[in-house]
Amino acid sequence: MTGRRGGRRLVPAYLSTNGTARPSRPQLERLSLLTTSGTPVPPGLPAAQLALLDALREGSLTVVEAAALLELPVSAVRVLAGDLLDQDLVLARAPVPVAERFDPDLLKRVADGLRALKQH
Amino acid sequence: MASAPSSSTRPTASRPGIHLPDTARDLVKILVAGPFGVGKTTLIDSVSEIRPLHTEERLTEASAQVDDLDGVREKTSTTVAIDFGRISLPGGVVLYMFGTPGQERFRALWDDIAYGALGALVLVDSRRLDASFDVLGLVEESGLPYAVALNTFPDAPRHHTPEQLRAALDLEPGTPLVTCDAREAGSCVDALLALVQHLIDRRPPERR
Repeated sequence: MTGRRGGRRLVPAYLSTNGTARPSRPQLERLSLLTTSGTPVPPGLPAAQLALLDALREGSLTVVEAAALLELPVSAVRVLAGDLLDQDLVLARAPVPVAERFDPDLLKRVADGLRALKQH
Repeated sequence: MASAPSSSTRPTASRPGIHLPDTARDLVKILVAGPFGVGKTTLIDSVSEIRPLHTEERLTEASAQVDDLDGVREKTSTTVAIDFGRISLPGGVVLYMFGTPGQERFRALWDDIAYGALGALVLVDSRRLDASFDVLGLVEESGLPYAVALNTFPDAPRHHTPEQLRAALDLEPGTPLVTCDAREAGSCVDALLALVQHLIDRRPPERR
């Protein structure tokens, strides 16, 4: 269930960001992990920001998963998530800790994990 | 494949399986690259723990010229659906797979999706090897390490030897070439493993 099929998207992409085309901070990655911060939601939040917060209420999502769920372009979700980050309403985490980016151990864990899948 | 078990405190999600388990720690991605119809989505569907999702991506201005039909100058943007799926592995690693079309006109999108990727699994169809030249070019230019997987379509010619395929695709000797059936989970996992093993075996990459 990723949204309404054949209908218009919940929030048109051009309205979802209030006309903003660029996020307010360095680009979030497609796999940046978004989580709600637990901060009380102030009244008057734009519908699209609320929709994103709502999607995160059930658990963490990456930027690209949120985009798929809300049927919004990734670029729009980057802007929305940036706005929510500015208001401390969500937290974002890089997909992999920077120090681990080229860690051979990470690759080994991926390989071991795939091999384990084959056992089942 | 069952969705990842969620803790008992987690409320029942209305979209089960899409939200990440709390154990997710390292999110890594590989591109499953290839021309349209080569089986990218089939492969992702075979191994993904969630039903493949997709995002609608707008292509940039440069692509508008390529797509321009006679007398349809108003058509300034085109969208393409990018499918993706994921596998939660033991140890908190979540492996994402992005189905990525390889035409030159997708370059800007490609660069964005490829950012931070471990590598690419390039799917080829032996009935139309030439359709894979563009994607191989893009992968090589982007500097992503890759492996090639021949998707075995039932009516595909079987007389190609690996040497012939390597020659036809102009592969470097060290580039893994495997066959897989994109409909078979085990076969797809083997192809992914061939890529990851290649990533482990090659010299540590320069920091980009």
